[in-house]
Amino acid sequence: MAEPAPVALDRNLKSDIAIRLRQVGKVYDNGVKALGPIDLDVRKGEFISLLGPSGCGKSTALRIVAGLTAATSGEVRIAGHAAAAQSIGFVFQEPTLMPWATVHDNVLLPLKLAHVARIEADRRVGDALERVGLAEFAQTYPRELSGGMKMRVSLARALVTDPDVLLMDEPFAALDEITRFKLNNDLLTLWRGLNKTVVFVTHSVFESVFLSQRVIVMTARPGRIAAEIGIDAPERNEDFRTSAEYAAYCRAASIALAHASDAKAQS
Amino acid sequence: MSAVEPSSLRTNHERGALRFVLPVVVLTIGVLAWDLIVRLNQIPPYVLPSPGAVVRTLISDWPILWASLLTTLLTTFEGFVAAAIGGIALALLFSRSKWLEYSLFPYAIILQVTPVIAIAPLLLIYLPQHAAVVVCAWIVAFFPVLANTTLGLKSIDRNLSGLFQLYHASPLQTLRYLKLPAALPYILGGLRIAGGLSLIGAVVAEIAAGSAGAGSGLAYRIAESGYRLNIPRMFAALLLLSLAGIVIYMVLALASHLILRRWHESALGKDS
Ligand SMILES: Nc1ncnc2c1ncn2[C@@H]1O[C@H](COP(=O)(O)OP(=O)(O)O)[C@@H](O)[C@H]1O
Ligand SMILES: [Mg+2]
Repeated sequence: MAEPAPVALDRNLKSDIAIRLRQVGKVYDNGVKALGPIDLDVRKGEFISLLGPSGCGKSTALRIVAGLTAATSGEVRIAGHAAAAQSIGFVFQEPTLMPWATVHDNVLLPLKLAHVARIEADRRVGDALERVGLAEFAQTYPRELSGGMKMRVSLARALVTDPDVLLMDEPFAALDEITRFKLNNDLLTLWRGLNKTVVFVTHSVFESVFLSQRVIVMTARPGRIAAEIGIDAPERNEDFRTSAEYAAYCRAASIALAHASDAKAQS
Repeated sequence: MSAVEPSSLRTNHERGALRFVLPVVVLTIGVLAWDLIVRLNQIPPYVLPSPGAVVRTLISDWPILWASLLTTLLTTFEGFVAAAIGGIALALLFSRSKWLEYSLFPYAIILQVTPVIAIAPLLLIYLPQHAAVVVCAWIVAFFPVLANTTLGLKSIDRNLSGLFQLYHASPLQTLRYLKLPAALPYILGGLRIAGGLSLIGAVVAEIAAGSAGAGSGLAYRIAESGYRLNIPRMFAALLLLSLAGIVIYMVLALASHLILRRWHESALGKDS
């Protein structure tokens, strides 16, 4: 297992920056150069996507930010308060639920680990399940849920501690398109309501453009930042999904992605 | 081959009934054949007693056999509990320290592959008899628990571990809320094997101790009846031993099913 990485919590970080990466790189023990070096600032309340081909180090980057993997070079700073355990929520590509626990107990886990009093914890679990539309499934076991519902539970678990930063690692990649669109919309609604900083990893151009305010395009391994595309569209709904504007952004992102992969191939 | 294979049966219910009825039919036929052979050939009871004679002995010798059964079950139980605790504790230690695992695991294997029947006489020299019997039961039974628990602990979802790390779970919290529940199906599988094995261990040690003369378990009764050519009692004691083994297995299988039925594939029906 990876050693817990020292991710500096910085109260003096320039007040509107939530996450700051400086020259962050990762070489795995087996010699694989997985990431970087990359520089990245994420503003508070911003929704960004990391877009790149499979194996380019997106998950590695996210795990480094979460402190689950130690960077081999560079530094990571996260703005936050002392209660670090509460300040990051993580959603994995798989739902990663405990099969032996009910939906309620799965969502309760982070609070239980933080010794939150039972009544308060139950109330917050109830709220989180309400928010993802699973209130009546609290006593169900994960195996009885569909893939989309499991992902919602995973999202509720990440939200239950009311983290400042939400890290999502291709959370909807394994779902069918209808479910994915639905969850995309729900995620945006949550984000607008909760005002969290979101870093969303995906290999889908369409998803990244639809969701985020800024798309970070990464090169193939070792992942570096090849381009940034600001998506300047306030309304994110079905109209946006079918608009010419959306199509143009998607084209720009696709081209950037192709460039990033090409540049890599030639180097 | 019969025309109706179990797989072609329409309902689960019919299949369940058959799985119960078929062995009973086989048993009945076997007992009848046994009885017939003894009668037709007029075999004397000191060579092969009839099923009726075995049952009669079981009833007439019940006080002795019952006391012996309790003795054997007690040592089996003690060996089983020791194997369960020892196996799980060792596996947890190994999962925390590679040093410990690398230094001790080979010896766990050596203990497992050395036939216990060869170790028992030695143990009887160095330990009081009851302790020696329990240790024998432990030696045969702890390895499956150790091996299965180790496997279970190694199969824990990497991302779930990451989640516990993310939320700064203490080692004790991780043990209680992640490692033990995740390894539970494996542990229960190991315990199911260990139940039968601790009975075997207890029996082997009793037989080895039997010649030393102080034992009183079922295996000792079998050995003793053998010396005295009391063959019906041998059979009666053997019958009790088998029944004890079956009951132990069924109790553990049932416990495992009840514990896992809410969530684990092994305990779920095909359609659920
Ligand atoms: N624990 C690990 N040990 C060694 N190599 C790894 C490990 N995790 C990932 N890698 C390698 O690092 C590269 C980047 O992986 P990852 O961050 O998972 O990419 P992505 O999420 O973009 O698909 C891949 O080539 C992968 O094989
Ligand atoms: Mg990945």
